Order: sequence, then C-alpha cells, then structure tokens
Amino acid sequence: MLTFLARRILIAIPTIVLISIFVFGMQKLLPGDPVLVMAGEERNPEVIEFLREKYRLNDPIPVQYATWVGNAVQGDLGISLRTQQPVLDLIAEKLPVTIQLAVMALIIALTIGIPAGVLSAYKKGTWVDWLANIVALSGLSIPNFWLGIMLILLVSVNLGWLPASGYRPLADDFWLSLKTMLMPAFVLGTALAATLMRHTRSAMLGVLQSDYVRTARAKGMSENKVLVKHALRNALVPIVTVTTLLFGELLAGAVLTEQIFTIPGFGKLIVDAVFNRDYAVVQGIVLCTGVAFIAMNILADAAYRILNPRMNE
Amino acid sequence: MTAIPESMARPRSRFWRKLRANPSAILGGLLVAFFVLVALAAPLLPVPGPAETDWLAVRKPPSAAHLFGTDEIGRDVLSRMIWGAQASLLAGVVSVLIAVVLGVPLGVISGYRRGWTDAAISRFTEALLAAPFLILAIALAAFLGPSLRNAMIAIGLAAMPVFIRIARAQTMSVMTEDYVESARAIGLRHLPLITRYILPNIFPPILVQATLTIATAIIAEASLSFLGLGQQPPAPSWGSMLNTAKNFLEQAPWMAMWPGIGIFLVVLGFNLLGDGLRDALDPRDI
Repeated sequence: MLTFLARRILIAIPTIVLISIFVFGMQKLLPGDPVLVMAGEERNPEVIEFLREKYRLNDPIPVQYATWVGNAVQGDLGISLRTQQPVLDLIAEKLPVTIQLAVMALIIALTIGIPAGVLSAYKKGTWVDWLANIVALSGLSIPNFWLGIMLILLVSVNLGWLPASGYRPLADDFWLSLKTMLMPAFVLGTALAATLMRHTRSAMLGVLQSDYVRTARAKGMSENKVLVKHALRNALVPIVTVTTLLFGELLAGAVLTEQIFTIPGFGKLIVDAVFNRDYAVVQGIVLCTGVAFIAMNILADAAYRILNPRMNE
Repeated sequence: MTAIPESMARPRSRFWRKLRANPSAILGGLLVAFFVLVALAAPLLPVPGPAETDWLAVRKPPSAAHLFGTDEIGRDVLSRMIWGAQASLLAGVVSVLIAVVLGVPLGVISGYRRGWTDAAISRFTEALLAAPFLILAIALAAFLGPSLRNAMIAIGLAAMPVFIRIARAQTMSVMTEDYVESARAIGLRHLPLITRYILPNIFPPILVQATLTIATAIIAEASLSFLGLGQQPPAPSWGSMLNTAKNFLEQAPWMAMWPGIGIFLVVLGFNLLGDGLRDALDPRDI
C-alpha cells in the first residue's frame, strides 16, 4: 500500500507542475500589461511598482514562473486586490461553507442514488426500472440552477417554508444552519444522485449475474440478504470510486448553487473574483481545486485497493 | 427470395434498424431536430424581434399577443426563446467541434506512438482533467473576457480531455486488430494508415461521446451565461434570461419558466440521442 501510494504521488508531480504552468499562463492571456489590469482602476504607481517587484515582471518568463511557484509552495498565492487579504486565507475562510453544502448534498445524493440504482437493477426491465431511468435522465438534463430557481419560487415565495437565501454558520445555530442549507443541498444533491444512480445500476447489474449471487440464492438465503450482503457489497467498489470522482461535479455545482442562494462560499468567491478582476484569487482557486482533485484521485485509487484486495496481488 | 440472416446484414443497416426500434432515441432525435429547425427558422417566424421593446407591455403574463409573456423591458419572451436557441445550439456544437478537432488527433497520436509522446500527452490530459469543467471554463472566461465566443473556446478546451482519452484507448485497441497489422506489414505509411484504417474505426464511440458532450456543453454555456460570463446582453441566451428572471420571480415567474424548459428539453434530446446511438453502435449485442 505504501509503495503504491508513493508511486501514485510521484506520478502526480508532473501533472501538478503542468497545472501550475496552466494557471501561471492564464495571466499571460490577459490583453495588455497584466500589472495595469491587476492594479485596478486607480493605477496607483506604488501598487504598480509593488506588483512588478513581487511578480518579478521585469525578469524573463521562466524566472517569473519559478518565483510564482516558489511562493505558492510556501502557501503564498498572492493577495486579493479587493480585500487586501492573502488569497489562501480567503480560500480557507470560505471553504467550511462549501464543505457543509457539499457534505449535505452528498448525503442526499447517496440516500437517493444508491437505493434507486439497486432497485432499478433488481427490477430490470419493469416499470420501476423504467421510471427510475427516466427520473435519472431528467436529473441529468435539468440545469440545477434552474431547479434552484423553481424551488425558491415554490418553497420560499409561494409556500414560505424555507428561506430563499443566506447562510448561517453551524456553530451559530445548528438547526437554523441546516435548515437554510437544506434547499441548496437538495438542488446540488439531486444532480449528483442521477449520476450515482446510473453507476449503481450498472455495477449491480454486473454483480447480480455473478456465480456467487446465484450460489447465495441457491442455498436459500433471503432476497434482502442476497441483495445487501452479497450483491451491494461487491457493487460498492466501483460506486465508491465514482463517488470520490464526483468531487469535480460537486464543486462546479456548488459554484452555481451558491450563486442562486447567495451562499458566501468557495463558488461565490470565484465568481465575485472574476467580476472584480481579482485575478490572483481566480488563479489561487484553480490551483487549489486542481491539487485537491488529484489528491481525490489518489484517494479513490487507494479506496479501490482497500475494498478490492485482489488488486494488490 | 429468402431473407438475409440477421448476422449477415450490413452493419450500417443494422445500425439504422436498431436506432429506429428504440423509442427513446427517436424522441431524442425529434427533440434535437425540432430545436435545430426553430433555431434555423428564427428569422422567418412571425414573432417580434428579440430586442424589440414594448414599454406598454412590461412583464405581461402569457397572452394571445405574447404567447410566452413579456420580460422586464417589454420584450417578447417567445422571440427571445427562439433566438436563444441559436446561441445554445451554436455553443453546444462549436465547443464540441473544438474539443473533437483538438482532442482526437492528440489521442490518436498518443495511442499510436506510445512511449514518450504518450506519457507527455497523458500528463497533459490529467492536468486538464484536474480542473472541474465549469471552474476551468469560468477561469478561462475571466482571463479571455466574457463573450459567447470565449465561452465556446473555454467549454471546448474543458471538454477536450475526454476526447483525448477515448481516441487514445480506441486507437490502442484498433492497433492490435489483424487488418491494421497487415496494413503495417505491407508497409503502409503512418498517415494513410491513420486516416484509412484507424480514424474510421474509432469514429463510432467518438460520435456517441460528442452527442452526449453537446448536452453537457449546452448546460455549461447556459451556466456561464447565467453567471454573466457567456453571451452578453442584450443578445438573447437562455442562461442570461434566467439570470434576469431570478430578480423578478415574484412578479413574473413565467420569465424563469420558459428558458429552463428549453434547456431541459434540448439537453434531454441530446442525452437520449447519445444513449440511443451508443446502444445502436454497440457491436456486442446484435
């Protein structure tokens, strides 16, 4: 396991270097002098001089890149031009909000997606399967920001059951926090549930045809036990991998969900940064998500090995 | 005359028969055809111009004069839906074309040459895959500037890695086939070998992926426009219509309803068609 992890991390290094080159290269896409753009509208000569010094913009590009990466490795992703806070602090501040949204969404996705997938595979070809597939396909086709808007219209505007927007930290008021986050988490969760259901269904279909399931049935085991103890347990291997890889979808969905429900998280941070031309924040977020995504990939591989010991041979 | 046995029918006719026998694929095809027709016929349809404002009919609910109602400055929502279909379909098709044109050659080279080239291209693909689709598109739109053209470039680049991966895997499997082996044995050069033997054989899975990716790309364009990073107002786009509609939910809910239904139906169409194509092209179950 340790050698496996070490090897995976070694392979990830060139990828991370490439990501950093992409992210660094983005600022070169800006038309005109990046410093003039980054310095904002006031174009304070002091700020411009500071930025030129900081990013060594008078040096050749490889030196600029090396400086930038050197700073990034030490946790210095630059300073937000808008709030004057270090980018890393800003990200760390917003992250718990998005994590709460993501965890709640994932719980909703798992409780809907996995049972629906199991049922649909078990009842393959019946109306249950057909209905589950239609619902899943619709879930994949409905833009989740529209679903969010429609839910606000129904649940908040017409029924007045849940607040339409805002955020309360968990530590402030636990129940109110969960309540405010419920609708956004539902919107994000249902989108993921559709993907999860489809993967669960195909994994279960494969497992249900296997010899050990037939054996379990032949020896008179109850259907529920066969389904849960034999079939689902084995189908879980690919499901766990998919769930880890849903991370990207989760983050992208969070950007839109946070925008609709005005939740001050990670996603709102990047969108606001784009509109404020706060480029260091945009770069910092892309770099962080890239590295986090690779870490999730390695975790997914590791989980796959733990769940499936045959892989270690 | 005796009927030709199933297994001897030409692959192409088998493909059409399987596609036609699949009701959901037909529904998907019809939905796609409908929106393509509407988008193409937009200038001919008897509706007001998408930017024509009527200050006497601001935020009016659906009526005989305005079937889908009017928006916050008295523009006809039906007309904006029709012209918005153009933006959505254009974004879906063009960005997938960008992804295919850049991604497939890279994937084929990667699978064909193996070794060093393959390792380099694979690392490049992984790096691109590491940024979630929308985050990458948002970042690119931020640095390139917000416009429909840049949104399409951003979505195309973000969708590229999937095509590199599929083209690579397919090329590697085709390379082991006897007909490729024999073509190489008679000394065919690289380029004719690729264009005559490899590309036609890796085409089906790429077509399936392209159809499904158009669905994703349409949602991505709508998302970017919703965030204000795609099609810029006053040009109509379903995403930006939803962005405005969000502010008038209580007074004019119809403004939010139609664009969402439009996106849902066209995306559903491409998803159904893509799934249908996959089943029809799958050689395993005849």
